[in-house]
Amino acid sequence: MTQTTLKLNLGPQHPSTHGVLRLILELEGEKILSCEPDIGYLHRGMEKMAEGMTYIQYLPTVDRIDYLAGCFYSELFCRTVEKALGITLPERVRIIRVILLELNRIASHLLWIGAFLMDLGAVSPFFYAMREREMILRYFEKLTGQRMMYNYFVFGGIRKDIDFLEDIDEILRILPSKIQDYERIITDNPIFLQRTKAKGILEPEIALNNSVTGVNLRASGINYDLRITDKLYEGFEFSPVVLEGKDAWSRYKARILELSTSMNIIKQGLDRLNENKTFEQKLINPLTLKLPEGEFYSEIEAPRGLASVYIKSTGTETPYRLKWRTGSYYSVNLLRKLLVGEYLNDAIAIAGSLDIILPEVDK
Amino acid sequence: MNYLYHLYIEFLLNHGIPKMFGDITFFILPFCIIAFALLIVVLGLVLAERKLLGWFTQRKGPNRVGWWGLLQTLADAFKLLIKENITPEKSDKFLFNLAPILVFVPVMTVLCMIPYSSEFTFVNTSTNVILYLLLAAFPVLSIFLGGWASNNKYSLIGAVRAVAQVLSYEIPMTFVVLSVIVLASSMNLTSITLAQYSRFGIFGWYLLPCVVGFGIMFICTLAELNRCPFDLPEAESELICGYNTEYSGMRFALFYLSEYALLFVSSVFLAIMFLGGYLSPFGVYLSTLLVNDSFMSNILIYFEQAFWLILKSCLIIFAIIWIRATLPRLASFDLLKFSWTILLPLSIFNLFFMVILKYLEGGAICALF
Repeated sequence: MTQTTLKLNLGPQHPSTHGVLRLILELEGEKILSCEPDIGYLHRGMEKMAEGMTYIQYLPTVDRIDYLAGCFYSELFCRTVEKALGITLPERVRIIRVILLELNRIASHLLWIGAFLMDLGAVSPFFYAMREREMILRYFEKLTGQRMMYNYFVFGGIRKDIDFLEDIDEILRILPSKIQDYERIITDNPIFLQRTKAKGILEPEIALNNSVTGVNLRASGINYDLRITDKLYEGFEFSPVVLEGKDAWSRYKARILELSTSMNIIKQGLDRLNENKTFEQKLINPLTLKLPEGEFYSEIEAPRGLASVYIKSTGTETPYRLKWRTGSYYSVNLLRKLLVGEYLNDAIAIAGSLDIILPEVDK
Repeated sequence: MNYLYHLYIEFLLNHGIPKMFGDITFFILPFCIIAFALLIVVLGLVLAERKLLGWFTQRKGPNRVGWWGLLQTLADAFKLLIKENITPEKSDKFLFNLAPILVFVPVMTVLCMIPYSSEFTFVNTSTNVILYLLLAAFPVLSIFLGGWASNNKYSLIGAVRAVAQVLSYEIPMTFVVLSVIVLASSMNLTSITLAQYSRFGIFGWYLLPCVVGFGIMFICTLAELNRCPFDLPEAESELICGYNTEYSGMRFALFYLSEYALLFVSSVFLAIMFLGGYLSPFGVYLSTLLVNDSFMSNILIYFEQAFWLILKSCLIIFAIIWIRATLPRLASFDLLKFSWTILLPLSIFNLFFMVILKYLEGGAICALF
């Protein structure tokens, strides 16, 4: 019997699976005949864990769902609890949350740019992106004491008033020129274009049918950005980045452009902070916190697509059921379709362009 | 070299030892010198690459072991030496062990053929260039052997890529070398070097008439060395480490070091073909200008020639490292397409124009001066 296909386990220990993803590929030569993503290597039972913890106990762990964009999950969880208790945030707290979320988004996108180029075999952009990300992480460290799992948002407010605003000014001053540098070294590089243009075409129908959201969807030409309708972002002027290219290059470009959008939002936020100088919170005693009976749901535009949380409460200190919805989970599922018929080295580029992060998938 | 040889034979004859013994033993010493020099060059290159890559990416590079990190490579080599040599259970054990040994053979041979200075070529045959072309394609054999024998899927894919790549880049390279042979009317590396001599130094180099050829040859060298952006056989982010995934300890070190030895050899070859080899870029040797004593300056010239050759190849190596820091990797099919559809026609046109140039006797532009 002659065997003409090769079964290749890409991962779980592989440098470009961004965590621990296992792709079971069937190869003919270097052409991929089928792809079967195998997830769960990083499963920590985030959802089951919630059932045995009070809300305030659970709050520090939610940052770990996506360790590159922890703020979003903090915000999401706080927001759901606030919604259940009927709390509306004071203006200043709301603006501070927006600023931190967008800073976090920039850090997350920067890391993606570096990691993506690393997947394509370019070494330097990774270090350049990490250098700029470092400024943001330093700022977070100064403000919250943590570089990645901030645990800064609490129910009804934030841990303490924002500080070190001059650091944010510095970041906003430096970042545009650095983004220009990235564009110079990456965007029009012929090899980069060859590797990403018209590679991994994600048709809008396929994206919608697979519940793909976030930048990946917007790079396929569908204008869907939750931030537009989000109450948190009320009063901020910006337009979502929508590109028509559908390919890996558009997904890259969209993320580069989103950096500017986020910077724009932060700038507006800083201006509005000056108008709202009084810092007040609507904190609640977390030790006696009980959610009213019922089901609560809220969603947010995270860097890797729509993230949402569903809490079912029976009126006790702990949630009865809790479910997270994360963007990456659907992107991983997409690999099943996108990788078929591609060659191995394109597969790496395509998988990289979707910005998958495994803790978010496995929860 | 001839002078040294005669001295040595004379010395032996004076002591009643037959000439044949001298003929055989004479080449042992140069070989040892080459082997030792190669070791130092490789250790230096590894450090240089890591330092330069560090600077390109805003890091410091190795700076802890020894002063300025000078001993870092030695420490790494020592670490690899004392590590366990793991042979995968289902591998072809003989070939698996043979591959890393074989990889050093062509490097050593080529190093003996290079004219470091006008009197310092160990093996000076009339067809050195052809020999180089043959030997330069040789390391891919051990890459393939290693990849095949490892019985690892990633290694196999890497090995297959390496063969496809070297096969398709060898051909444009041969055409370019052919055009240099036409210009110099010789296949001997020393003659090719001397044919590039002019009173105006740099203007005699074949880089000037054959700049397209230099570009093609440079790209082909990158491909043959499996250097970025052609590092597909060992694409770290795709194939983990390609053909040497399964190698550990000293065997891995041999592969790793041979890569740098080849880098050095190829850039020296490029320097000889296009940058005038050991000739001074000013037309006159500095030692004749600076040192009045003619005996001393005659000796110094040899060192100066070796210096120029090393300097030129260092510049090429710098460019190669620079490219590695900048460019992403090509996709494997674009890579083959690039060679067959762009480089091959270009190199044939290049050869065509060089023949015409030679026919018009403008081939050596230095003839004008």
